[in-house]
Amino acid sequence: MSRRDEILRIEDLYVHFYTYAGVVKAIDGVNMSVLRGETYGLVGETGCGKSVTMRAVLRLIPPPGRIVKGRVIFNGVNLLELPEEEMRKIRGAKIAYIVQDPTAALDPLYTSGFQVAETILAHEENVGKKSVWERVVSLFKSVLIPDAERRVKQYPHEFSGGMRQRVVIACAISEKPELLIADEPTTSVDVTVQAQILEVLEDLKKTQEMTMILVTHNLGLVAQICDRVGVMYAGSIVEVSDVFRLFEEPLHPYTRGLLNAIPHVTRTQFRLEPIPGTIPDLINPPPGCRFHPRCKHATGICKREKPKLREIEPGRFVACHLYRGD
Amino acid sequence: MEAPLIQVKDLVKYFPVKKLFITVGQVHAVDGVSFEIMRGETFGLVGESGSGKTTLGRLMLRLLTPTSGDVVYNGRSIFELEGGELKEFRRRAQIVFQDPYTSLNPRMTIYDILSEPINVHKIRIPDKREYIVKLLETVGLGEEHLYRYPHEFSGGQKQRIAIARVLALRPEFTVLDEPTSALDVSVQAQILNMLKELQSEFKFTYLFISHDLSVVKFMSHRIAVMYVGKIIEVAPSDDLFSEPLHPYTQMLLSALPVPDPKYTRSKQIIKPRGQVPSAISPPPGCRFHPRCPFAREKCKAEEPELREVKPSRLVACHLYS
Repeated sequence: MSRRDEILRIEDLYVHFYTYAGVVKAIDGVNMSVLRGETYGLVGETGCGKSVTMRAVLRLIPPPGRIVKGRVIFNGVNLLELPEEEMRKIRGAKIAYIVQDPTAALDPLYTSGFQVAETILAHEENVGKKSVWERVVSLFKSVLIPDAERRVKQYPHEFSGGMRQRVVIACAISEKPELLIADEPTTSVDVTVQAQILEVLEDLKKTQEMTMILVTHNLGLVAQICDRVGVMYAGSIVEVSDVFRLFEEPLHPYTRGLLNAIPHVTRTQFRLEPIPGTIPDLINPPPGCRFHPRCKHATGICKREKPKLREIEPGRFVACHLYRGD
Repeated sequence: MEAPLIQVKDLVKYFPVKKLFITVGQVHAVDGVSFEIMRGETFGLVGESGSGKTTLGRLMLRLLTPTSGDVVYNGRSIFELEGGELKEFRRRAQIVFQDPYTSLNPRMTIYDILSEPINVHKIRIPDKREYIVKLLETVGLGEEHLYRYPHEFSGGQKQRIAIARVLALRPEFTVLDEPTSALDVSVQAQILNMLKELQSEFKFTYLFISHDLSVVKFMSHRIAVMYVGKIIEVAPSDDLFSEPLHPYTQMLLSALPVPDPKYTRSKQIIKPRGQVPSAISPPPGCRFHPRCPFAREKCKAEEPELREVKPSRLVACHLYS
């Protein structure tokens, strides 16, 4: 396969959390490749490890969690081997991160404009106060906050949820990052506000030539804005595909289950098809394929051997013994 | 579906806004709402946060007292009920809350949680333990869960327990206030299927409140759309999605990402403009006019009434007058 320019590559990543109850094997061999300029959707349910994987990229795993092994290659450099000093120059400048809850991301004691300015001052030396302030105002304008000159002087509590998320986005794009990780950026807002925020993100992506990773559990959102999608289950990526083929013909039984379990406004449904069982305990995960206890196609090999993520047709990867092709 | 089980008549609820003990304004949470729910029907209520959905649900159970207006249940105003009649209403009308983590007492076992409503309402059953085990089995749990505490269960299981607690009283009417918003989609599907099955088995009437349009469509026979304290459109579930009449409903549907890349990228998008207005000082005339692409002079001055414009389609908009 001819590879387009790869901006981020995660190889064989393992992250464990050492708790009193035992070792939580949260990330269990994640392999992921993000191409420059694309919007990559990382989907999965609560606790599948989407956010932990993204935090590992920035080396922001809180204790008792630890990256056990693996490589995170960003623009050809393994981030996991960089000294902390170098890493700090990447966070916020080359790779920016938008968290789910904008209220928690902003400090209530400082004006929203100051918090955007702080990001700029943390990464740049010898910038004048006035020029920074002008940039903050234009950043507010670029995320479509009306009345920017007045709004920069206001505190986070004076903003609505959707407007706060825009301030967080303004912080994130202040250094023109190459990669923007948006972790459930619209989960706490209503659909009409969500549509407005997505518009801002998509515009910025175009004008600033950013690559974006969208972490979400919302399959509708993925269908709307992503180019390629990785589906996560219990600490591994089980399927990677371009968005059209994924929704047309999902390969992994978990992806199929997920798509059958959601109500569709475009269809008349009398029953949904739930996935039986619940997500496994990651302290004692099931052996072999972690999905096998819930899978109706499971056979002997699924219980013994963990399937590898393999390319079964150009651009489509799946980690499932059903597609061994022998 | 025959006679209406519940009639909501011009219901209004204002909450005072106080500054230093002085009332400075009022939140118009529910502002003149009327509709009927038929027996055996699921009536869906959608709207964005702050539109008054939850307040309306609570008024219909007399968990809040209205500023004015009335709720008539089985021919009687629920705000006039007293003593034994009120208690009987409390048995017949139940609620399942959004957050299963806070709606179960962490210091009670499942057995205690499920026997409480039976004891309070002095429901006579020969064998209480057997009855409770049966309830658990109805919601997909079992005898082995009887003496566990809420923290030992997952979110989906907790919501099942909350539903079993409602079933214990054999109610007629249940308000489901965002019952699956805190759950993952694979678990949500289990709960929604179960609620539908229970409805056909026990002939329940539901008021289903949610901000998730696809979930409301799946569950409801008819849907009402709320915007800043008002119902602006009522329609049979499929019709609302195939042909939304009110400009706000149209905006809401076009903003909804659909899990079908070809469809969702080709559909016509009405870009949402502006923000939801404050419920303390809602705009005069039609509350949606500042954001409406079709607003005319009349919309700024005169508030449209909810009227039937086609058989079984009600809409509050001057475009259809």
